[in-house]
Amino acid sequence: MSTYIGRRILQLVPTLLGISVIVFVLINLTPGDPAVLMLGEFATPSEVERLRGLMGLDDPLHVRYFRWIGGIVTGDWGQSYQDRRLVLPALVSRMPATMELVIASMLISAGIGTIVGVLSAVYQDTWLDNVVRAGSFLGISMPNFWVGIMLILLLALHLRLLPASGRNGLANLVMPAIALGTSGMAVITRITRSTMLEVIRMDYIRTARAKGLYERTVIYKHALKPALTSVLTVIGLQLGFRLGGSVIIETVFAWPGLGRFAYLRMMQRDYPMIMGNLLIFAGLFCLVNLIVDLLYAVVDPRVRYS
Amino acid sequence: MEQSGDFQMQDGAAGLDTSGPTFGERFLRRLRKNRLAGIASVFVFLVAIMAIVAPFITPYSPTDQNLLRRLEPPSDEHWLGTDQLGRDILTRIAYGARVSLMIGLLGATGGMLCGVTLGTLSGFFGGTFDHLVMRVIDVMMSFPGILLAILIVSVLGPGTSNLIVALTIWFIPTFARISRGNVLSLKEMDFVESARSLGASNSRIMVQHVLLNIMSPIIVYMTLSVATSILTAAGMGFLGLGVQPPTAEWGIMISQGRQYLRDAPHLIMMPGAAIFITVLSINVVGDALRDVLDPKLKT
Repeated sequence: MSTYIGRRILQLVPTLLGISVIVFVLINLTPGDPAVLMLGEFATPSEVERLRGLMGLDDPLHVRYFRWIGGIVTGDWGQSYQDRRLVLPALVSRMPATMELVIASMLISAGIGTIVGVLSAVYQDTWLDNVVRAGSFLGISMPNFWVGIMLILLLALHLRLLPASGRNGLANLVMPAIALGTSGMAVITRITRSTMLEVIRMDYIRTARAKGLYERTVIYKHALKPALTSVLTVIGLQLGFRLGGSVIIETVFAWPGLGRFAYLRMMQRDYPMIMGNLLIFAGLFCLVNLIVDLLYAVVDPRVRYS
Repeated sequence: MEQSGDFQMQDGAAGLDTSGPTFGERFLRRLRKNRLAGIASVFVFLVAIMAIVAPFITPYSPTDQNLLRRLEPPSDEHWLGTDQLGRDILTRIAYGARVSLMIGLLGATGGMLCGVTLGTLSGFFGGTFDHLVMRVIDVMMSFPGILLAILIVSVLGPGTSNLIVALTIWFIPTFARISRGNVLSLKEMDFVESARSLGASNSRIMVQHVLLNIMSPIIVYMTLSVATSILTAAGMGFLGLGVQPPTAEWGIMISQGRQYLRDAPHLIMMPGAAIFITVLSINVVGDALRDVLDPKLKT
């Protein structure tokens, strides 16, 4: 198992390097001179030229890439073009907020989605199943930022139950987590339902029933565990999508996380911050996929790693 | 007609009876059985019509301002009310449908064309090319799609065409993966081997025997991609990275209406409902389409 984990971590390296190349090349293709961005539009050409030299902007692209990626490896992620802040501490300080939001939204998505999906499959073609199927269609079709604004309108402005924005405690987390988790919940519900329907038609489930086991034992002990393997894949993918979705939801709720920070810095063309931010998102995405892979063995003992 | 032939060929490849109902007949039968899918198809059709005849739906312009009539609630004169600049919301939603459908269709089509081409070539020829393409695809897929889109738009600059490019790039990996996987299993089948032994060229085998037989999952994913594109375009418009004002676009309408959430919630509700109903309808139709074309994927 530890060999497998080690190999998988090693496999992340070329992927992350590939991502770093894409991010670096795309950002450096962007029109506009970073030296001008730092000095402002009133800087003289000689001042711009001097700063370009200091920043190494006259070097070829591949030289700049290796310098940047070398800095990433050694912990020197560069400085902001806007406020000269160090990139790594600025990003690390915003990570907890994003992780809190993404994990809360996934707990809602995976928790409710799995339970509702199982119930929908168990009570197939009843009113409950129809309501769940309709609900999951609605969930995947609503823009998450619109759900967020509607929640603000209802729960913050009309009912005054929750704060509309910011991050000052658990109450602030409720609406952004629901807004971010709605579509994921719908997807997880659909996958859980379809996987459970497949599993509960299998012979060993029929055998378990024929042995006189309680229906609850059959469903939760014998059917749900194998079904969870497929559900886990979707949960992992959804966790990655939530990271991307955090850009919009954090903007709607003024949530001080990486997503909103990435958006604000993109608006300001703060390239070192953007590149670092995107690398962190990609790293988290890869890490989540790795954890999901490892969890397969936990939910399904047939999966063995070598 | 041509399409029905393709699917008959697929059946023929598996050695089944080819005299069954065509794809169109099966889809219509499905719509008759699934009333929800029938209603959704009508909605998709109505949104498309609304987009086409937008200038004739109301007497108002989507951009002309009337500050004396700003933030009006729905009335006989303005069915869905007016916005913060006195513009008719129904008119802007109708024009917004044009933009959203165009972005949705072009983004998904671009992704489909590039992705299927790459995936088919990669799966068919294999070797170094396949390895290289798949590694690039792996890298692209290990990056949240919306972030990739935001990155591309921030590099190219906001605007409709750049948004379409971003969506195209976003969808390429999935289309490539789907088509490559199907090509890998198809190219080993007897009918492809027979075509090869009869002297058919690689390009002929790829287009006539392989490509046409992998269209079912592609069409299904294409439908879902249109819905995703519309949602993403709205999200990008909301962030100010998509279509630019004063063009009427649903995401921009929501973004601009946010400041008036307390006093005029219809500014948010109406365009949001337009996105929701359109995407819901496309998803329901896509679901019915999948049940006909690719029942293995049924959820």
